[in-house]
Formats: sequence, structure tokens, C-alpha cells
Amino acid sequence: MTTTVTPTAPAPAQPSAPSVLTRLRVPGGFLLGAVLLLGVAPLVLPDFRLSLLAKYLCYAIVAVGVSLAWGRGGLMVLGQGVFFGLGGYAMAMHLKLADAAATGQTLPDFMQLYGTSDTLPWWWKPFGNPLFAIAMTVLLPMAVAAVLGFFVFRRRVKGAYFAILSQALAAALAIWLVGQQATTGGTNGLTDIQGFFGYDLNDPVNQRTVYVIIAAALLLVMALARQLFVSRFGELLVAVRDSEERVRFLGYNPANVKLVAYVVAAGMAGLAGALFVPAVGIISPALIGIVPSIGFVIGAAVGGRASLVGAVLGAIAVAWAQSTLSDAFPAAWTYLQGLLFVLAVGFLPGGLASLATVVRNRRTRPTGSGETA
Amino acid sequence: MSGLSISRRGLLAGVSALGASAALSACGAKTGDDTSSGTAAKADTSGSTVKVGLLNSLSGTMAISEVTVHNALLLAVKEINAVGGVLGKQLKPISQDGASDWPTFAEKAEGLITDDKVVATFGCWTSASRKAVKPVFERHKSLLFYPVQYEGLEQSPYIFYTGATTNQQIVPALDYLKKQGLTRLYLVGSDYVFPRTANKIIKAYADANGMKVVGEDYAPLGSTEFSTIVNKVKDSGADAVFNTLNGDSNVAFFKEYKSSGLTAKSMPVLSVSIAEEEVKSIGTQYLEGQLTAWNYYQTTPGAANTEFVKAYQAAYGKDKPTSDPMEAAYISVYLWKEMVEKAGSFDVAKVKAATDGIEFDAPEGKVTVDGATQHVYKTARIGKVGADGLIEEVWNSGKPIKPDPYLKGYAWASGLS
Repeated sequence: MTTTVTPTAPAPAQPSAPSVLTRLRVPGGFLLGAVLLLGVAPLVLPDFRLSLLAKYLCYAIVAVGVSLAWGRGGLMVLGQGVFFGLGGYAMAMHLKLADAAATGQTLPDFMQLYGTSDTLPWWWKPFGNPLFAIAMTVLLPMAVAAVLGFFVFRRRVKGAYFAILSQALAAALAIWLVGQQATTGGTNGLTDIQGFFGYDLNDPVNQRTVYVIIAAALLLVMALARQLFVSRFGELLVAVRDSEERVRFLGYNPANVKLVAYVVAAGMAGLAGALFVPAVGIISPALIGIVPSIGFVIGAAVGGRASLVGAVLGAIAVAWAQSTLSDAFPAAWTYLQGLLFVLAVGFLPGGLASLATVVRNRRTRPTGSGETA
Repeated sequence: MSGLSISRRGLLAGVSALGASAALSACGAKTGDDTSSGTAAKADTSGSTVKVGLLNSLSGTMAISEVTVHNALLLAVKEINAVGGVLGKQLKPISQDGASDWPTFAEKAEGLITDDKVVATFGCWTSASRKAVKPVFERHKSLLFYPVQYEGLEQSPYIFYTGATTNQQIVPALDYLKKQGLTRLYLVGSDYVFPRTANKIIKAYADANGMKVVGEDYAPLGSTEFSTIVNKVKDSGADAVFNTLNGDSNVAFFKEYKSSGLTAKSMPVLSVSIAEEEVKSIGTQYLEGQLTAWNYYQTTPGAANTEFVKAYQAAYGKDKPTSDPMEAAYISVYLWKEMVEKAGSFDVAKVKAATDGIEFDAPEGKVTVDGATQHVYKTARIGKVGADGLIEEVWNSGKPIKPDPYLKGYAWASGLS
């Protein structure tokens, strides 16, 4: 049914009759990933390295959403920091309230220092309930994305305008959080988080548990994304990306297709933000604004935004490189990061995941004019 | 539909992984359990050298300020090594880049303590970065020396604060303005924790001392648009401006201030985040005659300072100024050395026990460590920017002021925290 809209940008076409090898490739890869993340990594990595990996895996969860919305849907989601932040703050607000309750206080520590009132703001109160807070880490970003997407996609805002809008939203949220120091912690953000649902985060054993939860969440999110990729929705999404008008003429509403991808990606970013908090122990406006929002897509762009594995590995690799290289070349790293992004988007839109295909195509067609850029 | 069955299997694996994680979580400590025995970091003091961590932003927006602090720290380490090190061991500085990003600071602090096994760490500039690393140092029971003036209201058992707290900088600055008869103040600040907290203190002080705050405005960090704020300042009828802007915003603010016709004579600006380095980057012509509040200036008299300035310029360039945060960083390494030598050990508990009353002939004059607050007695100094870009002292507190991070000794501050 999708013969009229073949994907021209990087997206592995679905083989009509999969051989045994291709049929085993995906579950085999998934199993390998699960063994590496849940079995090998916790055994070989010391506590500190494992907690770094936990942080990278949070970025990878965001990248899965970016892969769906941008790689498959063509939506340049340059404002994922908003959803990451909403999820992170929802989780951190609950953990701060739980920490305060554990020491017999009603207000989190920063509110006692910088606050203007002796009572908890009304919008903090429901986050005292763990189930509400956990639900909000995913539902709040999805709701915000749904409202925003509903208006934006119906008015056919796309391309650069959509990207600019995403960025403006990220900047606005970061500025608002900074301004509300008495209730949000301002630039400091929410820090010094001690416990995670009754478990002491200072205990390395619990830190390892947090890692396992994050790794499991990544695998689940990847499975979900893979399901979406190969479903009818996934094909429709690629079709919308490549030729929105044709899809409209076929009788579909492209706005709804994009909306679903955007909302799901927002939910994933929210989940990542929520898991980031126990792993790193902080959420702050510095993780939400324009620069981190761009950071979230660089990994996916470099690894290959349309390829799930490419996006995930790209996000992990870029985050790892940032930790490692920024010490050796502090001044040069930011430039390198920007350069990687420009190179990937400009010359290798399929990212490293598509490198083999591109090279093969070059060999067979020396003119090289039929590239996918 | 091979994809569907694959995902089912994937989901199954994911769910079983979640089950495994739930099983694992059963063995960790609950909140409130005593985990102190197992988590204290083991600093490595076995060899002939010990490692010290230097944690500053070497990249990003804060690099321009923090690199100078990093330089001052390296200078102190080098000088100490040249005269035999600490307890006979040479210091090996391990520099980590906080990259002006708070979670990165926490990550690098963790690395310095657990990977490099440093005996102490020096650095951080912004309050946000300090707040981010505070739980890390507390968890591992490792020491951080923090060298920048800050908003007070903090007293971590594992942090030593060698910069001024509010009663050593902001309160004396207000005393000075009051004495000059400048009682109507306009508050301008960057939008983050230090200015907001400082302004809360200023308003409480003003209420109790017959002064009046006629306006209060915040600009986002890095903002360069000040025409609205400067117009409001001009129409406010204020006697003086209390400026807590940070970084680049100062450049735009003072240019706008001058071009609107306001001068140091008609309405002086007292700044608490502009030191010699910033004067250079803003431009002396915009700042000449304006006031600053610090505990140290490059021009502060004394042999210790002459030597410090000479050594710094010999190492980093003749035209390089020295500033208050650099000096506070420089003395933090020496204070730590004195503490370790008094304790006779690098052990954190022993060092902490030996801190009270440690004295050091610092470039800013004699400083004394207050063991109870882990802050330092410092002399407050009001300065005036000169035509040469250096800051000349016009007033000082006469003697070092006892640190009071929670302003407990000030009746008017009782409602603040």
C-alpha cells in the first residue's frame, strides 16, 4: 500500500520476504544489547563509570524519541529539553518532598532558604504522592506536546519554523524556572536529592539498581519504538515526512500522524528526565534551555537519526566523548560538537549508521549524484 | 508481520529485566540507614605525591572568570611544591573542566574523588555549581575549598568557604552607602540565586536602617539589553545603584548607563561582582569612579600581596591583573596546607578537627579560619575604579570580620531564613 511513497531519505526499507538471517537480526541484536547493558556493564564497570553510563543511557532514551519524531517523522525537534525538564522536575519535586518528609520537614530545604512563604505552593502538593508524580513524569510532557502539537501541526507549521518554535519554548521554560527561585530553586535547580522511593541514593548498591532500571527502560522504549517503526503508523509517518501533500491526497490527516510521533517522543524525553534525576542527583534549568536541547539531537544526528540503534549509539558516544574530550581539550570540544552536527546533517544525513550504504552506493555509482541529501 | 512478534519478544525481555531490577533493589540501604562506614572515599596518600583536584569551568560562559581562579590555584600548588610540598609529599594537581554546566561539575567531582582519589578539591565559582557538587563531597566525606564570595545560608561540613559571605561584603557595603548618605537604592541584578538572595538581605537591611529600595530589576544571565532598566533607574530618583549583575551583562549595562548621562558622581553604582579582570573587559572609561565591594584588590598594601602579584604576573603575563576570587583561591591551598600540617595527616576528620584558628598572612591581610562555620575572617574593603583600571581602596572595616553565613548576629535579618 505504500508503493507510491517510497522513502528517499535514510530509512531501511521493509524487506518483503525476510530471510532467516534478517529475521534473527533484530531479536538477536536486542538480546545482545540486553546482555551488554544488564549483564556485562554492571559486572565490569566500577561504580563511577556505571553512574556515567546511566546518565548516557538517559540521553539515549531521549534519542529514541528524536529518532521517531525527527528521523522518521521529519520533525526537527530542537526543544526536547522542555519535555526532559518537565519529567525531571516532576520526579525531583516528589523526591525533594520525600526527603523533607523523611527529616520531619514540610518544605524542601531550598524553600526554607530562599522561599517567601511557610506553606507549600499548591502546585507542589500533588507531587507528594509518588504515583501521581511518576505518572506526571510521562503524562505532563505528553500533554504539553499534545496541546502544542495540536495547534502547530493543524496550522501546517513545519521545517525551520517548527524548530524555532521548539527552541523558543525551551528558552521560555528555562527562563521561567530561573525566575521562580522561591518555588523552583532558580538557577540552582533541585539538588541534593538523598532518597529514591525510600532507598538511600548514597548507597552504591542503590545507584546500581538505578542503573539497571534505566537500562531496562531504554530497552523497553527501544522495543516500543521498533514496534511503531514497523507498524502501519510508522510507514505513514515516513510517508508524511517524504511527501506530506501526497499523504493528504490519499485521505490521511498528516497533522494527526505528526502529533502522535511528537507526543510519544515527548513522553520518552520526560521518562529520560525522570530517570536522570536519581542517576545524577540534580535537575536544573541548565539542562532545559536551547543548548542542551540541541545537544539532545546531536547524538541522534551523528549516529543516524532514522536508525534506532544508530541514534542510541550516537547519543551514548557523543555523551561519552563530551565527558572524556572536554577535559583534554576544554576550549575545542564545543567547536568539535558543532562541527560534528554540521557534518552529519549536511553531508551524512543518515548518520554513521548509513555510512556503509553511502560508501557502497558511491562505489557502484561513481557519479554520486543520487545521494539522499 | 515479523516485526510484531519480534517486539513482543523484546517487550518480554524488557519486562523480565524490570523484574530483575526490582529483585536487585531489595539489597540496598533504605533512607535513614547509617551508611557512613561504607561510603567514605579513600584518598590515596601512599606514594611520594598526593593528588589535589582543581575543579573549574575551563570552557563555556564561566571560563573567562574561572580560568583565572584555576591559574591562581596552580600557582599556589607550584609554590608549595617548590618549598617541599605538604607533609613531605609533592602535590599533583588534577584539573577537571566543569564546562559551566552544573551536572558536569557533580560528575567531575565524583571522578576526582573516586577515580583520582584526591586528598582535597579546590574550585567552583557559581552557587549553582557548588550546590551541585555539595552532595557529592558530603557523600564521600571529601573536602572542597570554595573560593568565591557567595550568598551565605550554607554550611556544609565538607566545604571550606574562603571567599566572603554576606556579612563580609554586602552588609559592610550597605554600611558604607548609609554613611555616605546614599539611602535610596535601586537594585539591579542577574537572575540567579546570588542576586536574588543578596537583594532579599539588602531589603531587610534597608527596612531596619531607614534606607529605601526604590526599584528592583533582574536581567537573565548573559542579557545585553538594558535600555529599559537604565531608563527606570534614571527616573527612579535613587541615590545609588546596588549592582549584582554578573559577567557580560555588566558591559552592556555600564555602556547604557554612561550613554544615558548617568555618572559616578550623579548616581554611583556599587558592584559586588566586578573585579580587576572584569574592569578590563568592560572598559575603564565606563567604570571610572564607580564603587566595588570586595576583600582584596590588586592594590591592597602589604608584602604578601606584592609577592603574590609579582609571582602571578611572572607566571601568566605582565598585564594580567589579580582579583579577589583569585586571591581567595590562592590562599585556600595554603590554608589547607596549614590545616594538614597542624593535623599531621591528610585524613579528612583530623584535618577538620585542626582547622579552628589557623592563621595565614594572605595578600588581603591576615586571615583566620573559623572552625565552627568553616568560613574565614576577612576584612571588608570598598574600592573605587581608577583611570588605570585598577581599584583603589576608599574604606575598609579596620579589622577582619567574623563570618556569619546565616546572619544570626543581625537582628534585622531574623526573618530571612
